[in-house]
Amino acid sequence: MRCSAGSTAINSKLARRFAAHAVLIGYTAVALWPVLFILANSFKSRRAIFAAPLALPGPGSFDLVGYTTVLRGGSFGTYFANSLIVTLASLAGIIAFGSMAAFALAEYRFRLNTLTGLYLMLGIMIPIRLGTIGILELMVGTHLVNTLAALILVYIASGLPIAVFVLTEFMRTISDDLKNAGRIDGLSEYEIFGWLALPLVRPALSTVAVFTMIPIWNDLWFPLILAPGESTKTVTLGAQQFIGQYVTDWNAVLAALSLGILPVIMLYVLFSKNLIRGISSGAIK
Amino acid sequence: MTASAPPPVGAAARRPPRPHIIVFLAPALLVYTAVMIVPLLETLRLSLFISVKNETVFRGLANFGTLFFDDRYAHAFWNALRNNIFFFIIQMLQNPIGIGLAALLALPRLRASAFYRTAIFLPTLLSFVIVGFGWKLILSPLWGVAPSLLGDVGLKFLFAPYLGRESSALTTLGLISVWQYVGVPMMLCYAALIAIPDEIIDAAEVDGIIGIEQFFKVKLPLIWPTVGMISILTFVGNFNAFDLVYVTQGALAGPNYSTDILGTLLYRTFFGYQLQLGDPNMGAAVATMMFLIILAGVCVYLFALQRRLNRYQF
Repeated sequence: MRCSAGSTAINSKLARRFAAHAVLIGYTAVALWPVLFILANSFKSRRAIFAAPLALPGPGSFDLVGYTTVLRGGSFGTYFANSLIVTLASLAGIIAFGSMAAFALAEYRFRLNTLTGLYLMLGIMIPIRLGTIGILELMVGTHLVNTLAALILVYIASGLPIAVFVLTEFMRTISDDLKNAGRIDGLSEYEIFGWLALPLVRPALSTVAVFTMIPIWNDLWFPLILAPGESTKTVTLGAQQFIGQYVTDWNAVLAALSLGILPVIMLYVLFSKNLIRGISSGAIK
Repeated sequence: MTASAPPPVGAAARRPPRPHIIVFLAPALLVYTAVMIVPLLETLRLSLFISVKNETVFRGLANFGTLFFDDRYAHAFWNALRNNIFFFIIQMLQNPIGIGLAALLALPRLRASAFYRTAIFLPTLLSFVIVGFGWKLILSPLWGVAPSLLGDVGLKFLFAPYLGRESSALTTLGLISVWQYVGVPMMLCYAALIAIPDEIIDAAEVDGIIGIEQFFKVKLPLIWPTVGMISILTFVGNFNAFDLVYVTQGALAGPNYSTDILGTLLYRTFFGYQLQLGDPNMGAAVATMMFLIILAGVCVYLFALQRRLNRYQF
């Protein structure tokens, strides 16, 4: 800003700040409104949903009938447990196998190092869905269709490339002196990995965990194809089919949608710092 | 590989065997190879075969001939491909919007910046089931939320059953997808913008380049590599998309296949739907086409685009 322009410059700066906030508030409303709108209507009676869809639930319109229908009509408890098992088991596999492979790639010089790294990272660009027909064949052959294990295996395989990529970068930043000190003290390579390397990359592990977890929880394709049975349905598939069935029962549909939104929001509030930091650090590299 | 990788203890001319390397790599390589790479190759292989009375017969590229030219498949395939390209183009709207939001968020000393980022990123985390059905309800003429909202701003005449008309269904789905994913370019561009060193900005200011001009002449060129990366990831995502169309329009991708994309076509071809019987080999042919399209896109990005988009090391 030129000094001679003095107060006009300050004014125009204020005006620009104001405009920036106006645009951002506007877009924030666009992003949040549909979500809040569905949540608000899920707590209203059927009549209120249609009579005043834009109103917040109040004393006259508050009604949990949608939620009771959902809890009666679908086995959401089972679906929820299935999703939880699949997501956590896949996450454990991705973190364990991914960090081991990343440690080997970052730590040791061996002939096929670069090639192995590239091979593992192919999967970042080539989506696993393209191999669905082969995967179904494999799962039929090994009698894993309609088991949670099928989903867990698929998600581990699909999550590994990005996990190995990110974790290798972090493993490279661990100081060699520290590891060599460990070696002199007689630690085995496994102990160096488990006691020195893993604790040092813990922030990276939680980042990887958060952003591999979301696509697994939200996936519809593989549950639909590999585990559509009633006892192995995940929440995402269960909700999709429940909503398809109850499509005329607006209370139930809105409640089912809200039950899908709430856990995500809770997780996001808990982990958003990690998630955002993870995304940012991935971009800067 | 780190240049300073520790020499193995007691390194002589020959290294001692190092079984731990294999132990560390084996689980990841095993699962990844068995569940991802082998099935992918198997799918590509199946596209060259046909099964007749429980026997698989090699047919070369004949399945692709059927896919491109035979009446039973060709119309659906070209339609899905065209729709998919259109869907991708609509989706690209997320870049200018995301960059614009990121530029505002990256203004120095902007208050509540973290709140805006967190809020705008939220829809990205929701599943397609929620996003798809949620928007379906909001846009439903039966409920009338969208028309009454449009009415409040005097634009009621603009309302139509957007998802139910052939002419607008795919565009609407594309825009819903933009709504959901705009947080990704916003976040990545924001991260790239705040990583630009102050010296560069100071130098621009000394040269009298400020404000909007500074954004277009200095900052934007510096974040092109990020935009390129987002675009290729979006490309890959779009050419294997399925969930949003399946959730809102069903496997038949109605009305009248106007929202059919390669993912839904793959699903119908492989599993069959209504009168059409499923055919794994033709399904594999569709999957192979998706693979080739994605591969072509990735190659264009890696070999043509990425080299031109200089990466600046700060």
